[in-house]
Amino acid sequence: MTAQATRTAPAAAPGRGGARWSFAVREFRFWLTDYRRTWRGSVISSVLGPLLYLGALGAGLGSLVNRHAGGTLGVSYLTFIAPGMLAATAMQTAFGEALYPVLGSVKWVQNYFAAVASPLRPADVFRGHLLFVVLRLTMNCGVFLALIAAFGATRSPLAIASLPVAVLTGLAFAPALMAWAVTRTRDTSFSVLMRFVMVPLFLFSGTFFPVTRLPGWLQPVAYVSPLWHGVELCRTLSLGTTDLGGAAVHAAYLLALAAAGYAAALRTYARRLHE
Amino acid sequence: MGGAEILVRARGLTKRFGDFHAVVGIDFSISRGEAFGFLGPNGAGKSSTMRMIGCVSPPTSGELTILGLNPVTDGPAIRARLGVVPQENTLDLELTVRENLLVYGRYFGLPRAVIRERSAMLLDFVQLSDRAGDQVEPLSGGMKRRLVIARSLINEPDILLLDEPTTGLDPQARHIVWDRLFRLKQRGVTLILTTHYMDEAEQLCDRLVVMDGGRIAAEGSPRALIQRYSTPEVLELRFDPGDHEQAAEKLRGLPAERLEVLADRVLIYITNGDEALAAVRGLGLEPLTSLVRRSTLEDVFLQLTGRHLDD
Repeated sequence: MTAQATRTAPAAAPGRGGARWSFAVREFRFWLTDYRRTWRGSVISSVLGPLLYLGALGAGLGSLVNRHAGGTLGVSYLTFIAPGMLAATAMQTAFGEALYPVLGSVKWVQNYFAAVASPLRPADVFRGHLLFVVLRLTMNCGVFLALIAAFGATRSPLAIASLPVAVLTGLAFAPALMAWAVTRTRDTSFSVLMRFVMVPLFLFSGTFFPVTRLPGWLQPVAYVSPLWHGVELCRTLSLGTTDLGGAAVHAAYLLALAAAGYAAALRTYARRLHE
Repeated sequence: MGGAEILVRARGLTKRFGDFHAVVGIDFSISRGEAFGFLGPNGAGKSSTMRMIGCVSPPTSGELTILGLNPVTDGPAIRARLGVVPQENTLDLELTVRENLLVYGRYFGLPRAVIRERSAMLLDFVQLSDRAGDQVEPLSGGMKRRLVIARSLINEPDILLLDEPTTGLDPQARHIVWDRLFRLKQRGVTLILTTHYMDEAEQLCDRLVVMDGGRIAAEGSPRALIQRYSTPEVLELRFDPGDHEQAAEKLRGLPAERLEVLADRVLIYITNGDEALAAVRGLGLEPLTSLVRRSTLEDVFLQLTGRHLDD
């Protein structure tokens, strides 16, 4: 072995390209330590939020809908909206985890800058944080799915597969939002994004009523919405009406958005953290 | 310093941000065990240089070798052997002192037991052992800075990079930080620091470069720089604001090496300040205050650039 080779491969350094996820795990563990401070509150709200929604919309509004919809939905209103709200929960979690925590990491806490002073690269920092977002998506959606099942609002054992689908729905948003948030210097645009992007998606992506009820000109907009694809996929799994072709299209659309966001984030993180 | 191992070498090192030239083709080399400083005012290019050495900012052009490695391709391997005290603390204020060290040690892939052992030693070194379990938020500025220094040593680095280590600290806190850095220097740790405080540079640096506008204006030990660019003594005179201009005009007749007329003072660079003061009185001038002092790096900077370090 030459002296050069021994010098370029000290124990703490990663193989180029190779062991990159071990570096990401170091960043992931930062977020776990950070989360230990706030997990109680976040778990309580991840249970209480769905309970309130499912109670008010499923039981309250549902009793009205069930009486007057004349069976057009084919199932009870609770059974109809529950998988939709599961997907919507994933989207909301993505917005919650991918905007302020990312901006805080470069602006307030500056933990990203502490991390890149170590062997971690911007890509490791992004991947590690994304792993934590995946964990949060899994937690929130898992709790929600368990509650739906407890309410008896699933019709098929396939419903269990709606958990990874919900996480994928969150991932259609999270990397892209992180890619954008890391370039920001202020949070003023975040509330605008939530109000004018997240809320309309929440309301008009088939979560609460079938998109076929939208005016004709608005329906194509719903089909572009990642949330609609997530809602459709979760709902057909929950009702046991999935057809493979449709599911593949929905999943491919969500995966493509996740991949595009991922690629964008690798670039924006590198630009911001290695100026 | 002749045969010492060179840890950092830069040739024609340049950093541009769009049209802005932050660092313009600088050359320097830093040997093992040296305390090396970049002295200059804000915007001189010190931090940009520091970030390139820290492998978090790729050079635009020129050569840079750190620990024999290339920062662009071997960033992680180099950073594994650097300790960094950034300009801003980047501490997690809501975590405890000990947790901040744990989180940071993990970035380097250190096992928990090693981090725990080193944390105890390092907190003792920076005199924060009694605050180990406390949240960072309420700590004083000086304590936070010392914690950042402890944190930077968790991986037992070959080189310690300090970007403005005492900016914003009160005088007492600065002296404690200087004392700790001096001890590290005594132990043979290679220190690279930026500062716009000439007293900090004089206290800590074996050798330094004076930077201005992205360029190196001069290089040498503090003493050599003072000898080369200034006189042994400086006579500082203050006059009544109304007489200031007129007095300065008369003083130009003195056999001084150099005369600087500032807004509020006149500086006379000379070998013997007391003789010069007698000569000033001989001209019939009576300054409100007069001070004879030795030349400092501030005078060197003024001579080199015509400006003050804190401008």
